[in-house]
Amino acid sequence: MRPKRTFLKSIQYFLPLLLMTLPGMVYLIINNYLPMLGIIIAFKKMDYAKGILASQWIGLSNFKFLFSTPDAWVMTRNTLLYNLAFLVIGTAFAVGLAIMMYEITSSFIAKYFQGMYLLPNLISMVVVSYLVFAFLNADTGMFPKSVFPNLNIQEINFYTAPGYWPFILLIVFLWKNTGYASIIYLASIAGIDKSIYEAAKIDGASKLNQIRFITLPLIKPTIIILFLFFIGRMMYSDFGLFYQVTLNSGALYSTTQTIDTYVYRGLMQLGNIGMASAAGVYQSVVGFILVLGANFLVKKFNPENALF
Amino acid sequence: MKSILSRDEKIFARASAVLLAVFALITFSPFILIAISSISSTQSLAYHGYSFFPESLSLDSYIYMVAQGKMILRSYSVSLFVTFVGTITSLIITPLLAYPLSRKDFKLRNLFTFLVFFSLLFNGGVVPSYIMWAKYLSLKNTIWALIFPTYLMNGFNVILVKNYFEKNIPKDLIEAAQIDGANELTIFSKVMIPLSTPVIATIGMFTGLAYWNDWINGLYYISDPALYGVQQLLIRILSNIAFLRSGAAASIVGNITISLPGDSIRMALAIVGILPILIVFPLLQKYFIRGIVIGAIKG
Repeated sequence: MRPKRTFLKSIQYFLPLLLMTLPGMVYLIINNYLPMLGIIIAFKKMDYAKGILASQWIGLSNFKFLFSTPDAWVMTRNTLLYNLAFLVIGTAFAVGLAIMMYEITSSFIAKYFQGMYLLPNLISMVVVSYLVFAFLNADTGMFPKSVFPNLNIQEINFYTAPGYWPFILLIVFLWKNTGYASIIYLASIAGIDKSIYEAAKIDGASKLNQIRFITLPLIKPTIIILFLFFIGRMMYSDFGLFYQVTLNSGALYSTTQTIDTYVYRGLMQLGNIGMASAAGVYQSVVGFILVLGANFLVKKFNPENALF
Repeated sequence: MKSILSRDEKIFARASAVLLAVFALITFSPFILIAISSISSTQSLAYHGYSFFPESLSLDSYIYMVAQGKMILRSYSVSLFVTFVGTITSLIITPLLAYPLSRKDFKLRNLFTFLVFFSLLFNGGVVPSYIMWAKYLSLKNTIWALIFPTYLMNGFNVILVKNYFEKNIPKDLIEAAQIDGANELTIFSKVMIPLSTPVIATIGMFTGLAYWNDWINGLYYISDPALYGVQQLLIRILSNIAFLRSGAAASIVGNITISLPGDSIRMALAIVGILPILIVFPLLQKYFIRGIVIGAIKG
């Protein structure tokens, strides 16, 4: 049993630990908490000369303006629909890849395949934009310049044709993320008790039935948990995918503008701080509600995986 | 017990192997395309564009880069500096915060843990962050703008390390060190850190990758070409290939000029941009995969 500490002793005990947290906590407060106070910018007519605090309060005007433009609807629709497609199709691909990978885990070549699937995840969206550019640009791109002429397809300038981008961006997303996502499912499949498969085999279950009735049901909890966490990110998009891969092309906004690119353009290119900050707050608040909702569902479904 | 494979299992395994090989080829093909494009001749690119099967090859783009590479070298050193300083700093302050939070007897543990945790659920958005770093803290066009915003420490890593400390390091060990008269910093550096290399390596790897690949801080805060990192140089060159010439002009001696092989050098630069990853990744693949799994378990 420890002796009861005097006040001085407990300070001595407490202070070193407190000092150790200092650099991290100071950074956290500056990087994360001060910007939270900055949410008031969305309710002000921001004037750099006056500073944030002295700028004039204008209530909900910024929000009223934002939601009276068609932009608000377009960016919300794009963000949600892309996320929905990424979630459903991305999960199907990742699970499929994991099931196949599991078949060859003992093979020496599995490691090399996995490396190739992961590589796209490690490169920046800037390099991704180069790869897409190499395939699609009108002057030297592989498809417009050497594939389409041979197939008698008429010239397409992808960077001014918004209709193609939902597909292009979906392919880029799958290419970049499937390998990464499949690792989690592969770990989950590897955790399944082998004797279950043995028993099924004795009963004459075919391989496809084993996948359908054993593998998929047993990794369902993992799938659902990742689904719900994804829902918490529904209002957010990968800024690089929608801004850099499209080369910031204005002609594509109708199908590529998301909340994140809207906020960037409003703030940095149009100088419209009011609209940009209103869109940012809209994203944060709805995003927060979605996180709480998703966590509520996780808690109900599988308490040990809940965030809080 | 070694299981005997039935016929349809064998077929499934073979079909998987074939499909996986096809996928691997497809996934890797864009890298092959840019590699071949970077050594395609200017004429070949002018007629047929980027192609897996160019008519003629040329090393002009690489020769140009070596001859006029000052700007590229500079951006490389900026990226290396930022990655190195950012990652090391992060690897100091993250466990340093995680350690007290892992100690049940630290009085502010609950409050601080909540603050760390809440930072993952809610944020003020881009606009206030930008105004703070750029206007109030005057980070614009300084190297610190590439290091401080966003990446220096994130709550997720703090919680990851805290959980690792709690689960994998016996409390007795800390108490024994205290009885021996070790102070907290000694316990941290001599007990906690040496016993936590897997998780430290994991967060170091992901942080290093995030810094090397980051271009968003550059996009917001850097307009001075002297402070361009590799990614930002790549962005600039994709939209304006002549930019490479403007920077190189200063290094031309006398009236020797090398013509700019615009289309191939773009792809050569993309190769140069991912070169460090291509070199390091095969060595780290195993740890990387383990890191993803660790992150997912408590993620």
